[in-house]
Amino acid sequence: MSAPKTLYDKIWDAHVAHEAEDGTCLLYIDRHLVHEVTSPQAFEGLRMAGRTVRAPDKTIAVPDHNVPTTTDRVQGIDNEESRIQVDALDVNAKEFGIHYYPVSDVRQGIVHIVGPEQGWTLPGMTVVCGDSHTATHGAFGSLAHGIGTSEVEHVLATQTLIQKKSKNMKVEITGSLLPGVTAKDITMNVIGKTGTAGGTGYVIEYCGQAIEALSMEGRMTVCNMAIEGGARAGLIAPDQKTFDYCNGRPNAPKGSDWDLALENWKGLYTDEDANFDQIITIKAEDIAPSVTWGTSPEDVLPIDAVVPAPEDFKGGKIEAVKRALAYMGLTPGQKLSDVEIDTVFIGSCTNGRIEDLRAAAEVLKGQKIKNGMRAMVVPGSGLVRAQAEEEGLAQIFMDAGFEWRMAGCSMCLAMNPDQLAPEERCAATSNRNFEGRQGRGGRTHLLSPAMAAAASITGKLTDIRTFNGGA
Amino acid sequence: MEKFTNVSGVAAPMPLVNIDTDMIIPKQFLKTIKRSGLGVNLFDEMRYNLDGSEISNFVLNKPAYRNAEIIVAGENFGCGSSREHAPWALKDFGISVVISESYADIFYSNCFKNGILPIMLPKEAIDVLMEDASKGENARISVDLENQTVSATDGTEYIFEVDAFKKHCLMNGLDDIGLTFQKIDAVDAYEKAQIETKPWL
Repeated sequence: MSAPKTLYDKIWDAHVAHEAEDGTCLLYIDRHLVHEVTSPQAFEGLRMAGRTVRAPDKTIAVPDHNVPTTTDRVQGIDNEESRIQVDALDVNAKEFGIHYYPVSDVRQGIVHIVGPEQGWTLPGMTVVCGDSHTATHGAFGSLAHGIGTSEVEHVLATQTLIQKKSKNMKVEITGSLLPGVTAKDITMNVIGKTGTAGGTGYVIEYCGQAIEALSMEGRMTVCNMAIEGGARAGLIAPDQKTFDYCNGRPNAPKGSDWDLALENWKGLYTDEDANFDQIITIKAEDIAPSVTWGTSPEDVLPIDAVVPAPEDFKGGKIEAVKRALAYMGLTPGQKLSDVEIDTVFIGSCTNGRIEDLRAAAEVLKGQKIKNGMRAMVVPGSGLVRAQAEEEGLAQIFMDAGFEWRMAGCSMCLAMNPDQLAPEERCAATSNRNFEGRQGRGGRTHLLSPAMAAAASITGKLTDIRTFNGGA
Repeated sequence: MEKFTNVSGVAAPMPLVNIDTDMIIPKQFLKTIKRSGLGVNLFDEMRYNLDGSEISNFVLNKPAYRNAEIIVAGENFGCGSSREHAPWALKDFGISVVISESYADIFYSNCFKNGILPIMLPKEAIDVLMEDASKGENARISVDLENQTVSATDGTEYIFEVDAFKKHCLMNGLDDIGLTFQKIDAVDAYEKAQIETKPWL
């Protein structure tokens, strides 16, 4: 009998096309997702060398980072550099014959939302993209991670990556989440526990009752932020929920292919007694609705906590915390629930799916955002937007005072016109609170969609457990 | 890719931990469709005021460090996004070696594709090298890739680990794609088998 394997071991082993004596492998890539920011230099490299895309049918492109999210975007992109980048993707997609969802297509959206939605992402696959949040696709039990532009070119040309195997980490969330606690709180709390470098060199498998109980949307939220904990990839074993989500998607297998695929996918789990190099266990009931206070995703605390002091930390983190508090304009000891905010951003590949919009709309129903608040919802894809309109969620957002936008990455990284001004403080459902991330000098607090919605009404970071409307 | 040559130069001290790729090259400079010209915007928001004038106390703006070839940094350097613009900007500025306790995986891998050597050393060595680096032009740090050593000004040599394949590619300026094409038969065979066993892919 062969040695017991983890889920990661199984997917890895199934994709090694070549292994050198020193363990350097050529890992075969099943799906390559491409967006406009990290690909132009790669396509140009192919062109210069007279190379083609080896597997255009496994390559899917969509512009998302630069695209404006206002409805007038169909008339073209004002910013010249952004326009050139999106135009370059248009040209490259046509020239190299890859699948493409242009800005005008209702299926356009954030690449990590489009992939699963269109059935490109399936269990057991290897998925890469020139974007660190590729980890999202791990929710399907696929090995998915971000790559640099040189590697994008390598995958385009050879459909493989030169890789060495990572280590295995298990993150188990036992028990059930308490009311008001979401997938976002799980993933932020894991990072709070491991630190942003804790996952470096590892692939994380998330498991346990609380993970199994999550919807596919929630699982994508958890895996999405694996990279903020330093792990290139996060994985969740596929189950009936995964199969039901995939079944019937435009690019999912059909008929006898589906049956064959399903049989294969049912073997995608970690064997009993398989070895993990590190195991972290968190009790679901110990996780509270959480927010970040600093400029690193590891700077996370329960909403009822207070802003920490630099001396609460050790080593190089002390200076980093001093810098973060100055940047964020916060004082040690200040209650997080007293922090007043100017702006609310709901969207991103972390929390821009239909379930996220439902959770926010539930809080906003019949409410108004605080006077002077700037609030926007940017659905993760055109199809999420259409569904939210059909379900009446869009109307709830607009009635509350939110701007209802077109799909894209938007204010998560502020490459398009959606940006924070210096010292503007934002409650954001996105994934990074780095200095300048949402606009130079902008201050980001990461939280869940429901918490973001509550903050838009009260004008402060708000505990969703005790929130009882905009009284 | 250019061959990596040994470096003996001024090292800029950046003791901050978790220096992320948004700091190294903010997103507004990712709109380029070229790889070149990003050096001027390296650490842009730490380096320039809003009006474009230099922030004088930022390390790379100090006279001693304007031609630095090495950065000695706090742990988890290069965390955050996969943007290869980060190593492009470092290289374009003139940095060919970074020395830190640890790096984010994607950044680490991106460095080797661009002729940059990211060196990992334990805290005790970093403390010494950080102190050296703070002496500016009076302290040159030497890096020898072939022998895998970093020499501090007092002559102490620190040996670092580096993957043999990555070292080989860096020293010879080898192009990954060209190397993979030498093994493309294995990829052909893999694909052929996959069509048989996993037709849904």
